[in-house]
Amino acid sequence: MYGVGIVKGLGITLRHFFDTLIDDFKWFGKRNGLEAFQTKQGLKGKGMFTVQYPEEKIAVPERFRFIPFLVTYNEDDPEYPGKDWCTSCGICAKVCPPQCIWIVRGTDATTGRPKPEPEQFFIDIDICMNCGYCAEYCPFDAIRMDHDYELASYDRTTKHIYDKEKLSKPISYWQAIAPTTAAEEQVARGGYDHTDVQKTRKKAGLPASRPGPISEKPEVVPVTAAVAAPTAVAEPAQVVATAPAQTAPTAGAATTAEGKPIVRRRGAAGAVAKPAEGSVTPPPAATTPAPLPPTPLPPAPVAAQPVVAPTPVPAPVQPAASVAPAESAIPADAPKPATVVRRRNNPPPKKD
Amino acid sequence: MADMTANPATTRPDDPENVIAALQGRFPGAIKIDDRKGFGGIIIEPDHLVEVATAIRDDLGYNYLSSATAVDYLGLGDHLEMVYHAFRAPQGGPGLVFKAQTGRENASLPSLIRVWPGADFQEREAYDLYGIHFAGHPNLKRILLWEGFNGYPMRKDWHEAYYEEDYKPFDSRWPGGQITRSEEFNPFGHNVRYPANFDLGRFKPADQHLYDGQNLGVDIEAEPGIKTDRLTVNLGPHHPSTHGVFRMIVQLDGETIVDLEPVMGYLHRNHEQIGERNTWNMNMPFTDRLDYINSMSNNFGYALAVEGLLGKGTPVPYRAEVLRVLMAELTRIVNHMWAVGFLLNDLGAFYTPMLYAIEAREHILDLFEATAGSRMMCNYMRFGGVARDLPESIRSVVQLVNDKVRDENTMAYITELVNETLPRTIDELDGLLTNSEIIKGRTQGIGLLPPDMAIAYSAAGPVLRGSGVPYDVRRAQPYGIYPELEFDVAVRYNGDIYDRYLLRLDEMRQSLRILKQIVPRLEQTMGQPVLGKNPYATKAPLGESYGHVENPKGELGFYVVSQGDGKNPWRYHVRAPSFINLTPLGEMCKGHKIADVVAILGSIDIVLGETDR
Repeated sequence: MYGVGIVKGLGITLRHFFDTLIDDFKWFGKRNGLEAFQTKQGLKGKGMFTVQYPEEKIAVPERFRFIPFLVTYNEDDPEYPGKDWCTSCGICAKVCPPQCIWIVRGTDATTGRPKPEPEQFFIDIDICMNCGYCAEYCPFDAIRMDHDYELASYDRTTKHIYDKEKLSKPISYWQAIAPTTAAEEQVARGGYDHTDVQKTRKKAGLPASRPGPISEKPEVVPVTAAVAAPTAVAEPAQVVATAPAQTAPTAGAATTAEGKPIVRRRGAAGAVAKPAEGSVTPPPAATTPAPLPPTPLPPAPVAAQPVVAPTPVPAPVQPAASVAPAESAIPADAPKPATVVRRRNNPPPKKD
Repeated sequence: MADMTANPATTRPDDPENVIAALQGRFPGAIKIDDRKGFGGIIIEPDHLVEVATAIRDDLGYNYLSSATAVDYLGLGDHLEMVYHAFRAPQGGPGLVFKAQTGRENASLPSLIRVWPGADFQEREAYDLYGIHFAGHPNLKRILLWEGFNGYPMRKDWHEAYYEEDYKPFDSRWPGGQITRSEEFNPFGHNVRYPANFDLGRFKPADQHLYDGQNLGVDIEAEPGIKTDRLTVNLGPHHPSTHGVFRMIVQLDGETIVDLEPVMGYLHRNHEQIGERNTWNMNMPFTDRLDYINSMSNNFGYALAVEGLLGKGTPVPYRAEVLRVLMAELTRIVNHMWAVGFLLNDLGAFYTPMLYAIEAREHILDLFEATAGSRMMCNYMRFGGVARDLPESIRSVVQLVNDKVRDENTMAYITELVNETLPRTIDELDGLLTNSEIIKGRTQGIGLLPPDMAIAYSAAGPVLRGSGVPYDVRRAQPYGIYPELEFDVAVRYNGDIYDRYLLRLDEMRQSLRILKQIVPRLEQTMGQPVLGKNPYATKAPLGESYGHVENPKGELGFYVVSQGDGKNPWRYHVRAPSFINLTPLGEMCKGHKIADVVAILGSIDIVLGETDR
């Protein structure tokens, strides 16, 4: 009979309509919660799965690649505060497909010979095609792909050429945004430290690498630090901490344990592996680069009052635990967008 | 030259050698074997090109001209060379490479358009970019560039506006890399050169009459006593139905199409010239930008082509092969979802079917993003493997305010995607669209392309198979691990829009069949390496290679030549299915109504990033 096909097809659109309607009732009042998000975005989700950007954003996965940044030691590093990891070997500039990297190799002022440190480093982010080759082929893990994709600005001619100061971000930032990858790289490097530093330490008869970021105070949240820096030209808008600060210890040992970047759990020396009280007693910390646990836990978002971090526990990852911190990542009482000061990258040009 | 796809003429010695010997016997003196190091096939004297090509097509059965392109051997013999790759359709098997050479001054070769109408656009492209004149071509004019363009940009002695050096990496980047924006040293207004005797003020394009008034006054007596005007309508370049910037000049008699000419090049960026400045590795992310919906399959084709050059030195680990097929087949589903959705958009069913289709696409892109780092510009494959293994879990990290995180085990995600989500979506699309009387009425019997014409016009992919030719590169010239996988080459026989739509549904189901075989292979190979050596500066031995894959839109081929020091491609050519599938568009549209043009174009499924390159 003519028209049956159309009616059957309309039945499917009607089912979609009701799926969405039922979904709306099901998540009534919890629609912006994390559970609703995860269900709707998941494979079993029914109904509409659109996201209300910028009120909600889908966090990018670890391997997401955007404009590169240069890795440095943390500012509070006792031996090499803020030192560049880049040795200005130039491989990133040579492999860059659109040739958007310019490097001035450093020279020693007294001898005039090249030294392994860039004097200047420019990336034209208008040209950068985010292919990730610079990070992939860098032999020193010194250039990495960032996750911050909100880079719009009002002036492309001046603001879009990033210099060394703008590009440099501490290693703790990388550990925070890509914990698994950073841990893998650390294993491959043979320790926390830069390869060259490890060589120097070996020559001096020291253990090849220090155990990790050595800092007794709660770690500076790198992203926020970048925002606060007055010199930053195009600050990432509305950035919240990723860092390893602790959530309130309500979720039990697993949640407490996952606070620090996981790299600290597998430092070369077992010095940092003191289990927190009341937590599951972990296996002894690996003294050699251990194989990674299957699902490293994401760092929790910043809590209102960062507590001094208890030393992280290399708790074996339980399947359930891998979800639990994710849920706690955006608690219901997470700061509302209204409370966040929105920063414009660059103010619009003034009219004279 | 160890690769099968690179030089089919030497892989099965019984077949092609006999073929060449037979040809030499028939055309004594006209044919010589290409004995340059790393090269294969035969070189035909230009005077005999048409008759030898006819014999190749009719007597030897190489009836499918896959690719025709030019190479400039400046400094290496100083000649221009046309390279043709012909295959047998639908039976497949190794192909035949034949070439014809001409001098760089007054370059001229006979046109093969009478033998293979599919050579039409490819010869026009060679004329446009290399300046080879094809004698006998009925419509030899520039295709990607405009008439006021100075020179032939693919020639080796041509320099672009912001020319810096012949080959990357540029010396100015390191160690003394003071940044200069290219606009600064070549200011606006001085970066354009015109050909000699070209007056911009008086320039009128060849089709100026289209703008001057609609050919009014040209009377056609459609029926005795009734005089009508023939009307010219420009569809595009800015028209939502053209999927980008693409223009069709349509001659109408009433509402019926008398003639249609596709005009393209609005998105032309001389991809191939960029590719020849690049090093081998650098081209990989550029291939993402060709057909930006299918970047994974584009990577696959280019990796195969270069691996053909590199030969046995770069073996691909088994897990990498599995991952490549996984990504390529998921890409096929992504593309066909997109194609079906947009076809419905073109038919007037705005966005509802398309959004149903691309919901499933989102899930696949999530996997791509977690694995390769980007949703569309994946840049995932490398020579000798893939960039990275699958992640343990599809997991995100809170970074921005309002970021919401997910954490799903990758293997469980893929398994559920393949076994439940995708089949459900495909069935849903099928139920929504296939039996709809409106869709049948709009698509059945429209845009007919008979099988012999489809082969002659070098149509590829769903356009070819929807016309009843079961030719699929995955079976015809197998690559990767496709020989060990079970699947059928989907084929439909009516050759109209409806069959192309049905064929895409069939292909998605076949892809799911492949993916179901891939999942256990992924589990078995867990933890195995996915990439061998990955040097940042690949050096290829001298020679040529043609790597082609069955992209969702059709056969995507990369013809690469390595000469000189082997650090950069001497020739990097893309056989773009979107481009060549447009060759029969005019024929398919003739006699139909103007509203059908949009649907016919939608059923070919083009992406302008690939068409214009």
